[in-house]
Amino acid sequence: MTLLISVISAVVTTIIWYLKDCGNQMKLGTLSLMYWAASLMWMADAVFEYVELQAEYFKPAAADMLNDAFLGVAVVTLGLVIWLVMVLVKDPKGNIRRAIRENKFNQNS
Amino acid sequence: MACFLAPAVEAVAATVASRIVRVKDTSDKASDIIEEGKKSSLKMHFVRRMNWLSNMLWGGSALLAFEHMWHGEITPWFPFLTAAKSSSDVVSMFQEIGTVGVSMAALVTAVWAGMVAVSYHLEKKALQETDAIKQEG
Repeated sequence: MTLLISVISAVVTTIIWYLKDCGNQMKLGTLSLMYWAASLMWMADAVFEYVELQAEYFKPAAADMLNDAFLGVAVVTLGLVIWLVMVLVKDPKGNIRRAIRENKFNQNS
Repeated sequence: MACFLAPAVEAVAATVASRIVRVKDTSDKASDIIEEGKKSSLKMHFVRRMNWLSNMLWGGSALLAFEHMWHGEITPWFPFLTAAKSSSDVVSMFQEIGTVGVSMAALVTAVWAGMVAVSYHLEKKALQETDAIKQEG
């Protein structure tokens, strides 16, 4: 379930990046790379688990599935928080720098 | 247990390599860069796209580390990994890093290599098309 949620978020982020942010100004490309990499890593983990459990891998208990879904949503949220911090620090549109400059200018005058 | 450590170690190596390349790029003369751009070898393309690999590895490792924290395999106090408490668990932890962790890092690296190769061919094709338009004009 975590793998599925991370793959869905990777696909959605990639589509938004392609349509809105091809120059990667808003760092959506970086966010999609992050989700794709996490999905690939969970895929490798899933292969090892499948080798160990065989068909049982596809019959998870309801409680495990719910916990995994909850984890998947938390992971996507963490990815978004990392992306937001990155965007605020890099300030690609210069809005924060401009606001600070204007604030300093208003204080001085 | 701690499979994310293998991609995390590779992420450190990729970041260092990416920084070295960036410093070298900015210190090179402009004419050298233009000359290099004309050659635009596949090797240089791979070197210049190291930042993609480091972004993938750091991002993936961070999200995986969170998953391990979720499952109680990472603690905020020493020894940070619950598997490091007993020697038998340490052996299986290293075994997992060696198998699952290395496979994760290898898979991400292979996908990155594929992405770079495709982007190289797309850029080359776009350059050829631009040259053809210029010659026609």
